[in-house]
Amino acid sequence: MIKCRSHLLAAVGGLGVLVACTGSGEAPQEGSGYGLGRPATEAQVKAWDIDVSPTGEGLPPGRGTVEEGGKVFAAKCASCHGPTGVEGPADRLVGGRGTLATAKPIKTVGSYWPYSTTLYDYIHRAMPYNTPQSLKPDEVYAVVAWILHRNGIIPEDAVMDATTLPGVQMPNRRGFLPDSRPDVKGE
Amino acid sequence: MKKEGMAEPQREPSRNSPDNKEPTRSSKGIALDRRKFLTAAASLVGMAAAQAVIPSLHAEAPSSPPVPDDPTRVPGAPPTPYGQRAGFEQATRLPGTSHSLTPLQTLHGIVTPAALHFERHHNGVPTIDPARHRLLIHGLVGRSRTFTMDDLKRFPAVSRLAFIECAGNSAGEWREARGQTAQQTHGLTSTSEWTGVALATVLREVGLKLEATWMLAEGSDAAAMTRSIPLAPVMDEALLCYAQNGEALRPEQGYPLRLLLPGWEGNACIKWLRRLKLGNAPFMTREETSHYTDLMPNGIARQFTFVMEAKSVITAPSGGQQLRAGFVEIRGLAWSGRGRVTKVEVSTDGGRIWRGARLQEPVLPKCHTRFRFPWQWKGREAILMSRCTDETGYMQPSREDLIAVRGFNSVYHYNAIQSWKVARDGSVSNDQV
Ligand code: HEC
Repeated sequence: MIKCRSHLLAAVGGLGVLVACTGSGEAPQEGSGYGLGRPATEAQVKAWDIDVSPTGEGLPPGRGTVEEGGKVFAAKCASCHGPTGVEGPADRLVGGRGTLATAKPIKTVGSYWPYSTTLYDYIHRAMPYNTPQSLKPDEVYAVVAWILHRNGIIPEDAVMDATTLPGVQMPNRRGFLPDSRPDVKGE
Repeated sequence: MKKEGMAEPQREPSRNSPDNKEPTRSSKGIALDRRKFLTAAASLVGMAAAQAVIPSLHAEAPSSPPVPDDPTRVPGAPPTPYGQRAGFEQATRLPGTSHSLTPLQTLHGIVTPAALHFERHHNGVPTIDPARHRLLIHGLVGRSRTFTMDDLKRFPAVSRLAFIECAGNSAGEWREARGQTAQQTHGLTSTSEWTGVALATVLREVGLKLEATWMLAEGSDAAAMTRSIPLAPVMDEALLCYAQNGEALRPEQGYPLRLLLPGWEGNACIKWLRRLKLGNAPFMTREETSHYTDLMPNGIARQFTFVMEAKSVITAPSGGQQLRAGFVEIRGLAWSGRGRVTKVEVSTDGGRIWRGARLQEPVLPKCHTRFRFPWQWKGREAILMSRCTDETGYMQPSREDLIAVRGFNSVYHYNAIQSWKVARDGSVSNDQV
């Protein structure tokens, strides 16, 4: 396997060498694991590394305005979430502030979500529901801007990009606590 | 608003109705011969002509098995490459839009047949070619690596039995007695024997960095489902599984690869697993902020509530079933995400008197445990309940106590004692005591 690894480095991830290596059937080396798997190429990591963290790590280049977002939403989201993100039939995205402690809480991006970055991450990975991962970064930034604006979180002239989005303070940022169970005692 | 993982009350498929269950043996005996004739006739003169000759065959359900009058006088069926259950058996999952429920009330023992294991997915079941599937591990590791399914199967393997329960199991019961059957109230839990490689083994292979404390697990489905998993509590038991009950995972269960975190909510056990990214903080995905968080009455939500607490349910007699006077064995399942079930008690009088049930061995940690309790039903009204205690001493709470602390809006992690009401006529229905 050591021989293999040096080959790998020399070949800078050349595919032919990789195949030859994993197919070599060498026994796992003492003390250095099982020698299984192969180094991930930069391209492999880049293709799948789509998550966005609360600090904004993972946000791609690009930008979007509220106005552009309104167009994206009307064209690609409104059919399921309603013209203003309220009507449905799919999840309501707007409104509900002040309802969490009532008998009928309305959980939305505006009332419940603690991080603005989650919105980029989720819309990019999972929406539109029928064509996930089809939006370009500019479209995602724009529709994120529109949803945040409709929830009264950012002004109409705000521009969302990798710098501004992580700085957006969500109203329910302090609305979560860690698991405190067991919290209920049986008889 | 959020229907997420709830056991929505739905009508049982009509073929599950008791009336249809008894096969009419004598008529089927004739059906056998007619069917054979029909097949032969069809190949000769075509279906339309055959139906014209014997119009009564039209009504025959295509799946009903041909039954000889005396099976000792007719050679049986030949061997088959992949077996099927007896044609008379009709237990089915109950599908909603993004989940299906296990028919707990018709199952025995602790293992759930793979075909009846509950489902929950967030944008359908993907079709994945195992030869092309890769697991990528990157982030705070010494060496980012990809693994083929073949690689993963070459690691030392581990098998164990474990239940998986959806965090939303019984979510319909917070406000009212909603599900009509045990399938509808509790059908988002199932037990399988799972086989795979220990997560710890694979993480050692990539060289986990000291700063790594959280892991993002990502699925290869159309939701690209992601959850952040704290490493310390799962390192001893987490498995990357490729097999279920001895064969490859079912597509609905994450084929070809899923994460298993024994005792933790099903959503965290990411299916169709394609990526593990090591980090030093939770990633705050939608499924651990907007969803799978438990809203308390004061408007604050609990986050990262992974463990499924001790819970039990009587599966027979249960809602929708019919009792006959005389001996009745009360049967059910109990489980705890914190370890072994140590005790199950049963009450037949709405919780006034509790008596210990017999636990069927093996009693395994974080696994369904079968309990049984002998009873004589004398035709009087009764309220049947079960409650379990686990090895930490935690006892399954009453509905009243659970709601006193958590209110009605938590959605997830409902584990209160379930009550079934037996009416004088022997009918059994969901009831909240
Ligand atoms: C074909 C229907 C459909 C379309 C089109 C669609 N969505 Fe969705 N959306 C859904 C469904 C269904 C869910 C809930 C998914 C789940 O819970 O797994 C959802 C969930 C969401 C959520 C999460 C809501 C929450 O509170 O957790 C957001 C945000 C969202 N969609 C944004 C969008 C945006 C932006 C677009 C357009 C780019 C879009 N959706 C297009 C059906 C759709």
